[in-house]
Amino acid sequence: MIDVKNLEKSFGDHFVLKGINEHINKGEKVAVIGPSGSGKSTFLRCLNLLEQPTGGTITFEGVDITDPQNDINKMRTRMGMVFQQFNLFPHLSVKENIKLAPLKLKLMTKAEADKRALELLERVGLPDKADAYPKQLSGGQQQRIAIARALAMNPDVMLFDEPTSALDPEMVGEVLEIMKELADDGMTMVVVTHEMGFARSVATRILFMDEGVIAEQNEPEAFFTNPQNPRLREFLSKVL
Amino acid sequence: MAESWAWLVNQFEQTFITDNRWQYFAKGIVTTLEVTFLALILGVVIGVVIAVIRSAHDSQRGSKKGIGHVILAFFNAIAKLYLTVIRGTPSTVQLLIMWFIVFKWARDDMMVWVAAISFGINSGAYVAEIVRSGIMSIDLGQSEAGRSLGLNYTQTMGYIVIPQAIKNILPALGNELITLLKETSICGFIGLQDLTKGAMIVQSRTYAPFVPYLSIAVLYLALVLILSKLLSIFERRLRESDRR
Repeated sequence: MIDVKNLEKSFGDHFVLKGINEHINKGEKVAVIGPSGSGKSTFLRCLNLLEQPTGGTITFEGVDITDPQNDINKMRTRMGMVFQQFNLFPHLSVKENIKLAPLKLKLMTKAEADKRALELLERVGLPDKADAYPKQLSGGQQQRIAIARALAMNPDVMLFDEPTSALDPEMVGEVLEIMKELADDGMTMVVVTHEMGFARSVATRILFMDEGVIAEQNEPEAFFTNPQNPRLREFLSKVL
Repeated sequence: MAESWAWLVNQFEQTFITDNRWQYFAKGIVTTLEVTFLALILGVVIGVVIAVIRSAHDSQRGSKKGIGHVILAFFNAIAKLYLTVIRGTPSTVQLLIMWFIVFKWARDDMMVWVAAISFGINSGAYVAEIVRSGIMSIDLGQSEAGRSLGLNYTQTMGYIVIPQAIKNILPALGNELITLLKETSICGFIGLQDLTKGAMIVQSRTYAPFVPYLSIAVLYLALVLILSKLLSIFERRLRESDRR
């Protein structure tokens, strides 16, 4: 589904991604972990071109999205993204947040978008918040709405950029629960996270990034019980 | 005491009553408001367009190749030239150039429009920088969220960034409106009878400056106070929607 070849990204003369090759299949749930500054967020943000790669190619469903000839806006409608800081639109109600993109991109009629928004609010467990504004909601609720907003576009893949890192501890669970349900429904997911428990129980594969490369990857059980890379061992000893 | 009172009453009579001179003031206020509001609309339109071009140019990251970047660089250069020229020359001079050179062919009954265009172009330069500061005040995550949903740059600006920016810059825009209203008092330079020109005409008939000029000062002040009041009501309404 997503094929990454020799992906490089530098900010000025600071090299963040040093040639990444990776293939993500349909239905996979890939967790990306690693120390801060390892480039894991940059890697994720390159996947939908929020960061413009400085080298290499990214192919999504057979289309090279790094080629300027291809309409990135169209490709992004099939890639949902959830941010660390939620980034809900504060001037719009919860329902309007969810409906904005499907309506403005003319993918749904008003009635369809309304129906879809209510369905999604039901799904993330907040059906009574349709007319609330983001500021009236807790962080956990805001992040659940942000997930609903991304799902409104019926994406083929969901990208999560540290979705629980800005949350109070007691709210982490409710967001992870929604993500787990999403995974159980078969959604393809790429999740940059510090939640090792989540990575272990939900991911089908875990990537460890260090200094701009994928230093090690494995299926969760082996990844945690039998790490090979010394940096990964050190990292796990600190976070587990 | 009685003498000076009689003098003042006489002055008032000469300024406003004789030959129905109050009409100069009444029509003057109408003209002043017409020019101000037409210029305001034009100024906001120009200002938003220029601000979006400038922000789009400043916010592009990564490679600067491709035809899109060349076009953007071109428009950005024009925007910068516009800002430099308009903010670097007096509005009076701009007005004279508009009426006597650019719109040389215009009939006298089009004078309000020419003045409005001139002030609008002038105001647009200041509004552009105000709007740009508003755009920069919005967290980058907002436009990233919009783009990640598949909205293009213009849609993201129009539906997400600008509506939030407007709320933040409303006080500064209100200031600009008040400045604009007062600046239209130079309309007389091209012979347009706004409030100030009206008072000058009356003074030229009566040879008495006291009442006409103090009166228009009071009238301008009243207009400014009314506008400020309306703006603060509008602003409070927007803030209330924040606390919903």
